[in-house]
Amino acid sequence: MSILLDRDSRVVVQGITGRMARFHTREMIEYGTQVVAGVVPGKSGEEAEGVPVFDTMKEAVERTDAQASLVFVPPPFAADAIMEAADAGIRYCVCITDGIPAQDMIRVKRYMRRYAKERRMVLTGPNCAGTISPGKAMLGIMPGHIYEPGPVGIVGRSGTLGYEAAAQLKELGIGVSTSVGIGGDPINGSSFRDMLERFEQDEETEIIALIGEIGGPQEAEAADYIREHVSKPVVAYVAGLTAPKGRTMGHAGAIISAFGESASEKVEILSAAGVTVAEHPSSIGSTIAEVMRRRGT
Amino acid sequence: MDIHEYQAKEILSNFGVEVPAGALAYSPEQAAYRARELGGTKWIVKAQVHAGGRGKAGGVKLCESDHEIQEACEGLFGRKLVTHQTSAEGKGVYRIYVEAAVPIEREIYLGFVLDRSSQRVMIVASAEGGMEIEDISRDRPESIVRSIVEPAVGLRDFQAREIAFALGIDPAQTSQMVSTLQGCYRAFTDLDATMVEINPLVITGDNRILALDAKMAFDDNALFRHPQISELRDKSQEDPRESRAADRGLSYVGLEGNIGCIVNGAGLAMATMDTIKLAGGEPANFLDIGGGATPERVAKAFRLVLSDANVEAVLVNIFAGINRCDWVAEGVVAALKAEEVDLPVVVRLAGTNVEEGQKILARSGLPVIRANTLMEAAERAVEAWSNDSERSSRTRSPR
Repeated sequence: MSILLDRDSRVVVQGITGRMARFHTREMIEYGTQVVAGVVPGKSGEEAEGVPVFDTMKEAVERTDAQASLVFVPPPFAADAIMEAADAGIRYCVCITDGIPAQDMIRVKRYMRRYAKERRMVLTGPNCAGTISPGKAMLGIMPGHIYEPGPVGIVGRSGTLGYEAAAQLKELGIGVSTSVGIGGDPINGSSFRDMLERFEQDEETEIIALIGEIGGPQEAEAADYIREHVSKPVVAYVAGLTAPKGRTMGHAGAIISAFGESASEKVEILSAAGVTVAEHPSSIGSTIAEVMRRRGT
Repeated sequence: MDIHEYQAKEILSNFGVEVPAGALAYSPEQAAYRARELGGTKWIVKAQVHAGGRGKAGGVKLCESDHEIQEACEGLFGRKLVTHQTSAEGKGVYRIYVEAAVPIEREIYLGFVLDRSSQRVMIVASAEGGMEIEDISRDRPESIVRSIVEPAVGLRDFQAREIAFALGIDPAQTSQMVSTLQGCYRAFTDLDATMVEINPLVITGDNRILALDAKMAFDDNALFRHPQISELRDKSQEDPRESRAADRGLSYVGLEGNIGCIVNGAGLAMATMDTIKLAGGEPANFLDIGGGATPERVAKAFRLVLSDANVEAVLVNIFAGINRCDWVAEGVVAALKAEEVDLPVVVRLAGTNVEEGQKILARSGLPVIRANTLMEAAERAVEAWSNDSERSSRTRSPR
């Protein structure tokens, strides 16, 4: 089975009655994802896109046996929704919402630590495009048709840049095992390191694509982890070569504020750890193809 | 969001942090009057701008008379102060803070930040106050004390005492140092700050611990629950185009090149800028139109990019997931029809509803240059821009 998500994953959509949530719920169902419930407080008994809506996550999980959730709840209430998912026994949660206060996310992470590691919910995002295991299931807002099943595991901070990579791979006839967005916020559920660990253990993944950007220590931490623990080849791209220092580039977390946080420094750190770095965004696919060809996979 | 020093000091003093007596002035005469009200014989006149490094840039002056205060203020009001943290253009001085000078025994550096490795609030302190933290970490790294706050229980007194002892604070002043640290931490968490910096925190000749300077920045995403903080926003300290963009729900950063960019997603926007550079051009801006952009928002983005006089070509790059290509295409068409755009416009669409988007562009009959890949789009934009600028014999200014 692929990491995080599979054909049988039963999904609940939190905030399902919003316009965007409806659109993407429909897309997910069409893709083949088992969307079994929605949760919107006060709307129990209604249906959205043919899916029953419940007041609480506990009720949704009890009635439908959902294991995964997708959060579309507006920023002021999103942290609470993630905690509700963790408390209801959800195993994997993707939070799409952009604009959650950083201190709310600190509280979410603190709350999740109430549970022993083996029972703890895995969270990816917030401010991400979600996760897709092509041909199996999609938990997010990505255009599913640009992904083919295959051996490349993708993990990235930017959603649209992840699409870019997948589309280039498809053009070259190369598929994806799972693509995970970890999001563009400074405080997030999972790191590059967490996902590298999963891809390293995943039988369906033969090569890993890491798509980073300026700001924060995550790429450098990933480089340390790759050097010690990752045997599979890793190809990376880091966005923001032309980004000025000290300015936030859209993502709350995309700001060069310390040594080692610029794109060129990250490229250097990753290269030193044995990662093959694609020079420009249009060459992510061809760099992966080249590494695969060299390794005879 | 950044605020001024005097505002940060007022906030921190409400949380129990001691600050020198001071008052705000909007004119040289008012500054002199404020100084007389404060009393004493020595005052510090401080230009209020959203940037560090004011001292070295001549924005902070010690004055010993009415006349000196007026003279210092006349040289500052209305001027643009250029520090190592501002752009070459600098930031305008419209407010001046006058403070009673205090006798300084020791200077300490104190900072509270969101630490992205531990994903918690971290306190950074150093006995080498007065220097910039970057310089302290380079020249005196051993002087830096770091302490991470466990969010479940907040900053504990023992932890604050550990910092005080590590800084070599006199035991008689430990409790005052603890309440200073606690005050900063409470201000940080209660008001959703992303940074509190006191540099220097001083110990005075009469054994008081005072915040001589103070900087605070706040989480834009949390301003909805702090209306009193939102009110402190000072647009005179922002790039006008960036403030306008923020008011329209767009994320924009002005740069110095000639190719305007309209992109969805921050990562793709940065990658688009990088690709323009690789194709031999220079990006004029970063612009992320965000998820779920409506035709109206795309049209606004167009107007924003075109308001930059340096822009000589526009590259639209949309890979739609939560966005829809048909909406983006409608926005492009609406904007091009409404404005009389005589610049080359390159559009690359991919993802959700891409066929409908392409049809809308084709049907419009507008001279939009279409591209299939990011590299192709960047190359076409650079090519169109250089042809266009040759025609109008504009020279390209290297950065």
